[in-house]
Amino acid sequence: MADEANRQFAGLSDVSISEDIPVEGDISRGEEDEFSTLDEPVKETILRDLRAVGSKFIHVLYPKRSSVLLRDWDLWGPLLLCVTLALLLQGGAADSEDQGGPQFAEVFVIVWFGSIIITLNSKLLGGTISFFQSLCVLGYCIMPLTAAMAVCRIVLVGGSGTVSFIVRLVVVTASFGWSTFASTAFLADNQPPGRKSLVVYPVFLFYFVIGWMVLTFSPSQ
Amino acid sequence: MRKQQSCCPQTPGPPPSVCLPQTPALQQQEGEEERGGGEDVKLDLSEEEGEEESSELLGGQKPTGGFWTFEYYQSFFNVDTVQVLDRVKGSLMPLPGRNFIKHNLRSNPDLYGPFWICVTLVFSVAIGGNLSSFLSEKGNPSYHYRPHDDSCTRDLHVCLVGAHWFMGFLTWRQGAERQIGGYSFLETVCVYGYSLFIYIPTSVLWIIPFEWLRWTLIVVAMVISGSVLVLTFWPVVREDTKVMAVATVVTIVVLHTLLAVGCKMYFFQTEVHVPSAAPITPTINMTIATKAH
Repeated sequence: MADEANRQFAGLSDVSISEDIPVEGDISRGEEDEFSTLDEPVKETILRDLRAVGSKFIHVLYPKRSSVLLRDWDLWGPLLLCVTLALLLQGGAADSEDQGGPQFAEVFVIVWFGSIIITLNSKLLGGTISFFQSLCVLGYCIMPLTAAMAVCRIVLVGGSGTVSFIVRLVVVTASFGWSTFASTAFLADNQPPGRKSLVVYPVFLFYFVIGWMVLTFSPSQ
Repeated sequence: MRKQQSCCPQTPGPPPSVCLPQTPALQQQEGEEERGGGEDVKLDLSEEEGEEESSELLGGQKPTGGFWTFEYYQSFFNVDTVQVLDRVKGSLMPLPGRNFIKHNLRSNPDLYGPFWICVTLVFSVAIGGNLSSFLSEKGNPSYHYRPHDDSCTRDLHVCLVGAHWFMGFLTWRQGAERQIGGYSFLETVCVYGYSLFIYIPTSVLWIIPFEWLRWTLIVVAMVISGSVLVLTFWPVVREDTKVMAVATVVTIVVLHTLLAVGCKMYFFQTEVHVPSAAPITPTINMTIATKAH
């Protein structure tokens, strides 16, 4: 009887799930590695994280249906992009009454609060993606819009006439489309069938609002 | 099914309206396989007020756990794209005799539609208002485009959403008091949410700067939206005394009108030519004076 019990449970001892889910920073590889990451120079730690962030940027640039963004989520990239976008949207006013753009905190609130609401929405609709994975994807896909903001600032240096407006419109529209396409490429697979549009629409609205903020930015006269 | 058998005796007739507090654990395990959610809220109050027959209206729904579980809220989002589109179309075309709740909701009220319609309306009115004032002031050299006004108005829009939930609450409360198989709170809020959909294209079309067109658009929008609401609530209210019925309906229409017209008047101001010129020239004088020092 003991043999039967052993045979029944023999298969269970082979199951190990911790190896299949690499956590950011790869801290779960084993005991000797744990010691070595503590002993390694700080430069290496930082470079490893930077490389992870960089590889995700490249994945947003060429969005394929890969799961790298989803598996090794991190929020450094979104934070960096959000801060960059908020800083670029500054400098619109010399005096506080005549704002040419939103406040720094407003951009933060819109980006993070909007991402949280979209994530909650997709989870409520029955999506299988986890909360932070979704935040990670939405944050990284702001990158095209941040690049568009930088381009708009450069264009605005040359003047704010009709030509510059048309150039800015084209750039912002292209980057808005790119952002939406990139984020749906990562998020769409995790939704139950028949509800994909319900999940994509808030993402569309989110990037539309951010694109609108980028497009209507006007520097102080 | 397994859940029903453990929960209450098998009855072919009315749905199990008394199952609520005893076995929340079992229901949580099942997740949200069945449609539910609205039933949960309705049953709580029906037990308070002793209304058994109102639970039959929503027929066949199973409560899905307490309000602290995620599944409870998930049951409010149990809709597909096709269903949402159908409900939106139903709100655009109110026909007499077609009750929005009975015809479109069919015991599956959702919060996805009302929530995202309100959010979209917030942004479309803000952006439309900005664009329209920009276009109307384009010839005015002293006008400085201020997109920042968007964010200031967002607070007012929270009021819009809050007002619509409040109106839904009032209407539901009316219906519940009358004890005439009123609708659940969720269904009322759902109807209000979908009835606001017509204002989204209206607010976009309001950018076109012709006064007659704007007033035509707003009248059309109010008629459509108001009739969706009136057609939905009239059957509930008409069994009451004549005075109360008419008063309720008139209140609904008037509140809805105030909301729409108030938003439009605030965000789509075109009469700012004269006032805006006056404060700007003193500012210019002041800056010149300070620079001279």
